[in-house]
Amino acid sequence: MFEALAWVAFLEASVRLGVPLALAALGETITERSGVINIGLEGSIIAGALGGALGALATGSAGTGILLGGVAGMAVAGVFAALAIGLGTDQIITGTAVTLGGLGVTGAVYQARFGVTGTALSLPTLDRWSVPVLSDIPMLGSPLFDQPPTTYLVYALGPILWYWLFRTSWGLELRAAGEAPDAARAAGVRVLKVRAVAALFGGLLAGVAGAHLALAHTGTFAENMSAGRGFIAIAVVVLGRWHPGWVVVAAMFFGAASALQFLLQAFGLDVPYQLFLALPYVLTLAALAGWVGRATAPAALALPWPRRR
Amino acid sequence: MPDRRRLAPLYVAAGALVLTAVLLALGLVLGGYDPHAALSALVRGAFGSRDAFLSVTLVRAVPLILTGLAVALAFRAGVWNIGAEGQLYAGAIAGVWVGLTASWLPAWALLPAVLGASLLAGATWALVPAMMKLKLGVGEVITTILMNFVAIHAASFMVRGPLQESRGVFPQTDAVGPAARLPLLVDGSRLHGGFLLAVLLCLGLWAFLRWSRAGFAVRAVGGSVEVAEVAGRIRSRKVVGATFLASGALAGLAGGVEVSGVTFALYENLSPGWGYTAIAVALLAGLNPIGVLVTGTFFGALQAGAGAMQRSAGVPAVWVVAVEALVILAVLGLDQAWRRAMVPRGSAVAHRALPEGSGPKTDRSGERGPGDSDV
Repeated sequence: MFEALAWVAFLEASVRLGVPLALAALGETITERSGVINIGLEGSIIAGALGGALGALATGSAGTGILLGGVAGMAVAGVFAALAIGLGTDQIITGTAVTLGGLGVTGAVYQARFGVTGTALSLPTLDRWSVPVLSDIPMLGSPLFDQPPTTYLVYALGPILWYWLFRTSWGLELRAAGEAPDAARAAGVRVLKVRAVAALFGGLLAGVAGAHLALAHTGTFAENMSAGRGFIAIAVVVLGRWHPGWVVVAAMFFGAASALQFLLQAFGLDVPYQLFLALPYVLTLAALAGWVGRATAPAALALPWPRRR
Repeated sequence: MPDRRRLAPLYVAAGALVLTAVLLALGLVLGGYDPHAALSALVRGAFGSRDAFLSVTLVRAVPLILTGLAVALAFRAGVWNIGAEGQLYAGAIAGVWVGLTASWLPAWALLPAVLGASLLAGATWALVPAMMKLKLGVGEVITTILMNFVAIHAASFMVRGPLQESRGVFPQTDAVGPAARLPLLVDGSRLHGGFLLAVLLCLGLWAFLRWSRAGFAVRAVGGSVEVAEVAGRIRSRKVVGATFLASGALAGLAGGVEVSGVTFALYENLSPGWGYTAIAVALLAGLNPIGVLVTGTFFGALQAGAGAMQRSAGVPAVWVVAVEALVILAVLGLDQAWRRAMVPRGSAVAHRALPEGSGPKTDRSGERGPGDSDV
C-alpha cells in the first residue's frame, strides 16, 4: 500500500515537473525547425513566471496570469528576434545575453516591487481539472488526468503541432525555412517572417511554461526560479529529435528524473540532496552523449540568413 | 578604407557603452529612482577613493579578466564555451581542497600547487564538453551550460559534505593557511597578486595570438575550419581541443585565484555569475586580450559601483546583470548595423568584395565542417 502511494506520488511529480519542460521544448521545437536556435528560452521562462505572478496578483485570476506570462515570454523572444533575425546577429550569443537580461530584469522588477529582501509571495493557483472516467483509472488516473489545465495543453499540443508541422503547407514552409532557406525563398516563402513568427511562438510557450512554474507548481515567485529549465528544454528538443511527439516523451522522462528524489526519499535512501539537484543536468549530458549521433538538426539551424559577406 | 575598418571595434564599443548608459538611465527613471543620485553613487563606489579603486574595483576585476580571457580565447577559435562559470567553480573547489590538505608540501610550493590544481580542474571540467564535441559531435553550447549547473551543485555539496568547515556550522570550508594565499600587491589595500597574474596573462595571450604559430592556428580555425585545413594544413580538431582545454584552465585559474586571494575559503554562490559576465567582457573587448584587461576592469568597476548604488540610492545590485546583458546586445546589434552600413545596399558585388572579420568576431556565417553542430 505504501509502495503504491509512493509510485503515484512519483508519477504525479514526474508529470508536474515534466509539463513546463514540455511546453518550453515544444515551442523551441517550432523555433528550431524554422532554422533559429533560441538560447534565450530561459529568459522567456523567467519573464513568464514573473509576468504570470504579477498578472495573477493584479487580477486575482490564475488563468489571466498564465496568459500574461505567455505575453511576457513572447516579448522577451521579440527582443531576441529583432536582433538575431532582424539584424542577423549571432544567435547563440544573442540568446545567452537575452537569458542574462531576462534574469537581471526580472530580478530588478521583483525587487523594485517587493523589496530587496523579497517577500514570500502567495499567489492564486490554477485549479485542477479532473477528467471524467480517465481520472478514475487506478494508479495512472490521478497523476495524468487530475492536473492543472496547462498539463492538458501539453497533451493537446503534441499531436496538433505534429499535424501542423508535417501535414500542412504552413508546416512545410516552416521546415523549408529551416532546412534550405535559399530554396524556400525562391519558392516564395518569406523566410525572415516565418522565422520571426516561429521565435515568437516559442517565446509564448516558454512564457506559459514559466507562468505554470509560478502558478501551478509553487504558488510563488522567486528570482532565478527557472533554474536552467530553458537549457534543459533545448536539450530535450535534441533528444526528441525535433519531433513534437518525441519531445513530449523526452520532457516527461526528465520530469521523472527530477522526481526520482521523491521516490528514493520515500524508500528511505540517504543520499545528499545536492546530488539529486545535479541529477537532471548529468542525465541530460549523458542522454545527449548517447543519443545525438542519430539525431539530425535542421540543416540551416543557427546560421544567419541571408548570408552577408 | 582600411583605417576605418580597423577602428570599427572601438566605435562599436564606445557606441554600445553610450547606448547602455542611456537605456540604464531610462530604466532608472521608469523604476522610480533618481538616476543622477544612482549613477553618481555608482561612479563613486568604483573610482571615488584609492581604496574603492584598489580594493574593490580592481579586486572584482581579477576574476572577470581571467574568465574574460578564457571566453575570448575560446571564441577566437570558434569554440562556444559558455561554461566559464562551471570551470571557475571546479578550479575553486580544487584550489581549496589542495590548500587545505596539501600542508605537507614545503611552504613555498603550496601556492603554486593551489593554482596548478585550479588550472587542471578547470581544464578537466572543459574536457567533458570538448570530448563530446570532438568524439560524439554534440555541440558545446548546451553541454557547457549544463556543466555549469553540475559544478554549482558540486560546490554546494562540497561545502556541506566532505569539505565543510571543522566547526560544521556554516556551509563553507575552513580558511586556507597563509602559505596558500596570494601576497598583497599594495600595502593597506586588498589588491592581491592575482591582478599582476591577470595582467601578465593578458599580455602573454595577446603576444601568443599575434605572433606564435599556434596562435595563428587558433585564429585560422576560428576564421574558417575548411580554409585552415586546406590552405594552412592545420589539424583543426587538435586546435579546437587544445583551445577548449586552455580556455577551461584559464577559467579554473580564476576560481583558484579568487579563493587564494580574496575569500580564502569556498562558499556556495562564490561567483555572482562571473563566467557569464565574462562573455560581455570578451565581446566588448572585441576578443582582444589587451582589450579584456580594459573591459574586465570596466565591469569590475560596474560591480563595485553596483554595491554602492544599492547602499546609497536603494537601487538593487541585480540591475547590473541587466546592464551586462544590455552591453552584449548593444555590441552585437551595433556591430551588425555597422557592417550593414559599410556595404552599399543592393550590390551583390560589394557583398563579396569585403572580407570578413572587422569588429568583434561574432559573425559565424563562414563555413563550418560537416557534422558540426552548436546544439
